[in-house]
Amino acid sequence: MDFGFIIQSLPLYWKAAQLTLTISVWAIGLSLLLGFFCSLILYFQVPVLSLIVKIYIEISRNTPSLIQLFFLYYGLTQIGLKLEAELCAVAGLTFLGGSYMAEAFRSGLEAVGKTQIESGLSIGLSRSQLVRYVIFPQAFSVSMPALEANAIFLIKETSIVSAVALPDLMFIAKDLIGMYYSTKEALTLLVLFYLILLLPVSLLLTALERKVRYGQFGN
Amino acid sequence: MDSSGISVVFEGFNLLRLLNGLLVTARIALISVFISGVLGIVLGIVMTSKWKAVRSVCRIYLEAVRIIPILVWLFIFYFTLNLELGGELVSIIVFSLWGTAEMGDIVRGAVESLPKHQKESGAALGLTYVQIYQYIIIPQTVRRLLPAAINLATRMIKTTSLVVLIGVVEVLKVGQQIIERSILEVPTASFWIYGFIFLLYFAICYPVSLLSKRLERKWQS
Repeated sequence: MDFGFIIQSLPLYWKAAQLTLTISVWAIGLSLLLGFFCSLILYFQVPVLSLIVKIYIEISRNTPSLIQLFFLYYGLTQIGLKLEAELCAVAGLTFLGGSYMAEAFRSGLEAVGKTQIESGLSIGLSRSQLVRYVIFPQAFSVSMPALEANAIFLIKETSIVSAVALPDLMFIAKDLIGMYYSTKEALTLLVLFYLILLLPVSLLLTALERKVRYGQFGN
Repeated sequence: MDSSGISVVFEGFNLLRLLNGLLVTARIALISVFISGVLGIVLGIVMTSKWKAVRSVCRIYLEAVRIIPILVWLFIFYFTLNLELGGELVSIIVFSLWGTAEMGDIVRGAVESLPKHQKESGAALGLTYVQIYQYIIIPQTVRRLLPAAINLATRMIKTTSLVVLIGVVEVLKVGQQIIERSILEVPTASFWIYGFIFLLYFAICYPVSLLSKRLERKWQS
């Protein structure tokens, strides 16, 4: 193991990690937003829209993310929709993550018992109060583990964006292997950086889960 | 948009080549799913062991596989083992390792969720050990794990698309070759070819995930 080489490549990896993180944050945030709206549409059974959401979820969940990205980046440019690589990566991952987040939110919403809603109505809560104080807190606490798993999944899934020539961690590792044959060092750094990104997120989310699920755990 | 571009999918041997590429993907997926299924059941049973050390080792294996992206695992195995093995064999190894870990966790969950009194009631009725497993434990465990296991299979099928990035010539690579060859005559080739591959994967994964959903609904009641 060439430690001099490792130290030399650290700035490269650092920069790549920032890109991976930026794309992840955008993708997770937008997926949450998209998933939340999709789950609301499904929960309130909005006509027409809920059919569209259902079709979207099936398509997004039953096709590989790499193919989605390729189609978006190489396929759609040919018919006039040209996106920047970064934008494309975020859009692709949001397309993928949105359906996963929607399913997570939906299972939470469905887990709120009918008696809860009826009790809320019978004590005179308005519809918006019911949603704010009864449905959302409970639904959110049920969805939390799935949302977290999806967030981690999306961060890991960013590793495919190197396929559309974005200089993320994967890309740098591939580059270093190709240029210097420094396979061992490049791969070690790759694993290390993914661990640096993913372990704290994983621990942070576990802590967050405990906080959000306070209602379920009791004191 | 020139809608006649779709003919690029069916021109010459293109469709046949694409399907042959899909066969490579399918081969990797099927072999890995099979290996993961068998080894995963073994791992899952081991994970319910009484010994804490055994459980911890399994847990570390599972978490290690999970925390690192599959693509990174593919790279690690490809660049350290590639000298003797081809990309296809490397992918099978990686997908089997991953699938075994995930399947093990599914089996563990299913076995542990079975209440203890099921086994004890069986024993109290005078069933033999084999009978308890045959009539009580295995049928219930299978019902609990099959939907999740099928789900895992679709995830593995989808993830096999990554093997193109370690140089396996599968459906996506064949698609790229076709696009490169015909891009001058058919500028929209990449739209049609990638769109077609997109639909191919959907056509494979959708029925499987539908089956998983149906089984889940049927056995939940």
